[in-house]
Amino acid sequence: MKILKNINNIGKYFRKGGNISRIFYKFSRNPLSVVGLILFCIIVLCAIFAQYLAPYPESAGAYVNFEEAKQPPSYKHFCGTDVLGRDILSRILFGTRYSLIMGIFVLLLIAPIGVTLGLIAGYFKGSWLEIIIMRVTDIFVSIPTLILALAICALLTPNLQNALLAISFSWWPWYTRLVYGLTSSLKEEYFVKLAEVSGANIAHILFREILPNFSGTILTKMTLDMGWVILTAANLSFVGLGIQPPTPDLGNMVADGALYLPELWWVAIFPALSIVLIVLSLNLLGDGISDIFGVERI
Amino acid sequence: MSKPLLEIKNLSIWFESFEGPLKVLDGVNMIVLPGEKVGLIGEMGCGKTTTMKAIAGILPVPPTIIRSGSILYQGEDLMKMNKKKSRQIRKKELSMIFQDPMSALNPVFTIGTQLHDIIKINEKKKGFIKGKSIQLLKEVLLPDPARILKNYPIQLSGGMRQRICIAMALINKGQILLADEPDTSLDVTIKEQIMKLLRELVGKYNKSIVLVSHALGTIKSLTDRVYVMYAGSMVEMASTQALFANPLHPYSKGLLEATPRLTGKGIGDGINGRIPEYVSPPNGCRFHPRCKEVMDVCRREKPSFFNVSKDHGVACFLFKNSRN
Amino acid sequence: MEENNVLLTVNGLKKYFLTHQGTVKAIDGINFSVKKGETFGLVGESGSGKSTVAYSVIGMYRLTEGRIVFRGEDISRESKNRSLTIKKEIQIVFQDPGTSLNPSMSNREILELPLKVHDIGKNSKERVERIKELLEMVQLPTNYIHKTPSAIGGGEKQMVAIARALATNPSLILLDEPTSALDVSIQAKIINMLIQFQQEFNLTYLFITHDLSLMRNVASQVAIMYLGKICEIAPTKDFFNNPLHPYTQMLLSSIPVISEEEEELKPKRIISVGEIPSPVNVPAGCSFHLRCPRKMDICLQQDPLIKEIKSGHIVRCHLY
Repeated sequence: MKILKNINNIGKYFRKGGNISRIFYKFSRNPLSVVGLILFCIIVLCAIFAQYLAPYPESAGAYVNFEEAKQPPSYKHFCGTDVLGRDILSRILFGTRYSLIMGIFVLLLIAPIGVTLGLIAGYFKGSWLEIIIMRVTDIFVSIPTLILALAICALLTPNLQNALLAISFSWWPWYTRLVYGLTSSLKEEYFVKLAEVSGANIAHILFREILPNFSGTILTKMTLDMGWVILTAANLSFVGLGIQPPTPDLGNMVADGALYLPELWWVAIFPALSIVLIVLSLNLLGDGISDIFGVERI
Repeated sequence: MSKPLLEIKNLSIWFESFEGPLKVLDGVNMIVLPGEKVGLIGEMGCGKTTTMKAIAGILPVPPTIIRSGSILYQGEDLMKMNKKKSRQIRKKELSMIFQDPMSALNPVFTIGTQLHDIIKINEKKKGFIKGKSIQLLKEVLLPDPARILKNYPIQLSGGMRQRICIAMALINKGQILLADEPDTSLDVTIKEQIMKLLRELVGKYNKSIVLVSHALGTIKSLTDRVYVMYAGSMVEMASTQALFANPLHPYSKGLLEATPRLTGKGIGDGINGRIPEYVSPPNGCRFHPRCKEVMDVCRREKPSFFNVSKDHGVACFLFKNSRN
Repeated sequence: MEENNVLLTVNGLKKYFLTHQGTVKAIDGINFSVKKGETFGLVGESGSGKSTVAYSVIGMYRLTEGRIVFRGEDISRESKNRSLTIKKEIQIVFQDPGTSLNPSMSNREILELPLKVHDIGKNSKERVERIKELLEMVQLPTNYIHKTPSAIGGGEKQMVAIARALATNPSLILLDEPTSALDVSIQAKIINMLIQFQQEFNLTYLFITHDLSLMRNVASQVAIMYLGKICEIAPTKDFFNNPLHPYTQMLLSSIPVISEEEEELKPKRIISVGEIPSPVNVPAGCSFHLRCPRKMDICLQQDPLIKEIKSGHIVRCHLY
């Protein structure tokens, strides 16, 4: 419900702003943002159509072919093959899919919850509600994200869902904190006061009066965070928690390949480069989004 | 007639935007003589701040596009000379006071630091800086200058902040002061004090001042000669007395009628319509869609300035044949 | 004064704010009444507390002391504790439409909120009808229903704010410097519109401004405030022709006017000296004595009491 509300709010922004071309005008003032957008679109397409684009889709599963193993990059295998003979490029394409899924799911899960808690805490500043929410947030914020995610993941069975859960648990407080700060300053604005004296109910004040004023900031943060979430997921699978082999994940691909550096350099380098490319495109995209909404760069 | 200190000739400035270029300034002409107090009346969106910023050279490029025109200071065109030279001239000769003293002063530095920074640029000898700061604050009639130097802007009232901005404007010994609505954010009694101070200081240092405002009372009390600006060009120019006694342009007439009077005889009707969209401004005279006395020619051609008398000119076809 | 003619009464109103710099006595004991159908003007400089009066009447604050009575009903509470009827009857227009209209909402949503809260219009279609009606009333094109405040000019924003205030058919509208941020030509249009609405819809206004020339033309009664207290209240003509309080005289003598005729009407020039003290450090005795050209010894010790000099003309000053 909350997810839909937030997406609806963002959607309203686009409809209201007039037309898409006006938004794109603002976005494209910085050419790098356009580069980021194009790159990200390519990445998304690769993820969606992985099974059609991958030259050797079977490499993404339990597959062994020792004849083709340890091949350097060539026309036959653009990124080479690993020790088991699996095509690295195909595995990267499928791995991208899982990385993006992780990013999107985590954000769609934590953003509504974190934002709502932040709105409540900021609006009811000074009450016990705020104290409870913010102190819990403070506790979570004080633990480094990766360590918290590792701890949670280690307690549960390592797999994709639990990795998602672990990362979500470590990430939501940052949204609450951000929105708390924004809400407590915005609630003193005259238009909020006007809504209050007009008799609007609390849901209207929080979600229709206050929240849309910083949806740009939140959207930008979500875009930039996606890169970090993907990195954290990669870190988790690097240490063996999170996605388990033989499912390809960019992180565990780098982990496997690290053992064979520097002779079989391609096994680790190409997945690592893919991570860099994804995070970079998201960062550039985030800059562009912040330009659309006129937000200061985070 | 002495040589003009500042002369703006046919200045046209556009701004890039999504819908297309905003054709804000449409041939602005203005003259300021040495020691003269010139007023610029115009409502929001007429282009007066853009003109001031163009003189000061602080328009950001992009999105500014300078289409044509020149700004001559003592005969030299600031737009045509190289950037370094024009900056030198502006630094030495020009000072500016802005509307909101709170945004003009940096909130995280003390007044002393801010004055020091500006004086340092103009004063080569060190060691005299603090003395000069105190002297400046005394000139603008601030009590206890030594204490004020240690204060931050937030600790001072609006009137005091504006006095400090005036003090800053006096630092360089320049001949021209641009004041962009300096009294708008002040209370009535403080407004009066500040305007009086400005009048005295400008007289004392024999500076020229261009006072921009949309408050007619302020303009009347401080200036000798007045321009009325609408949608990017000057529509009337007259001595202050002549303009208030006998406004000619329908826009100036509308403004004066709309001003509430202390006599209590009610308020005029205001002027119908709104300022034009600069993306596609009206053809001919830019005021014609709102003008009660519009004629056919107004819709086609832009009127040039017709001199009705020695010190009264108006850009309106109604006065085409009243040349002296 | 007939009781049934009075719409709003304020009695002994005090509003103090506790800050870490001390107690700010924004309003320190004021009394006034507003008659039905009139425009009651409230004038003062910054720190006078005039805006706080409006905010207290609309219910933004919990009062420190005092009573506000509307149509015989005691409404001295915050708006969240007031009945829906009261919220419908009293509306407010703020000074800066840029901050009083939510920049992320469309005009439609802004105008729809009061309709939704008070159940005006049974469905969305009826509400849109009413919104279009309101836009026409303030002479805005009906397609503005889709625009956002950021896409329209300052004057038009304020017209939307006024339309919003009119949406519930109120009886009392508080106008806090409604035209101070606007050009004189738009101000004229809006003021004339407000006067027209007053007659058409039988409205009562509490009009706050620092522009005395404007006040001269809109108000039927004027009260002047200084540092949280009322200095003088009088019917408009008396207020301007025969100001009694030295502060009133000082303020009137500083007004920038544009004709000789008006210059004649101003009281003898009183040079205003000094700054307005901060409301945290209100001087003892009469709060105006630091700047008063006619202060006496008693002014430093005792705060003057309010005296009625003639019918409807009261003043708070030791000179009387």
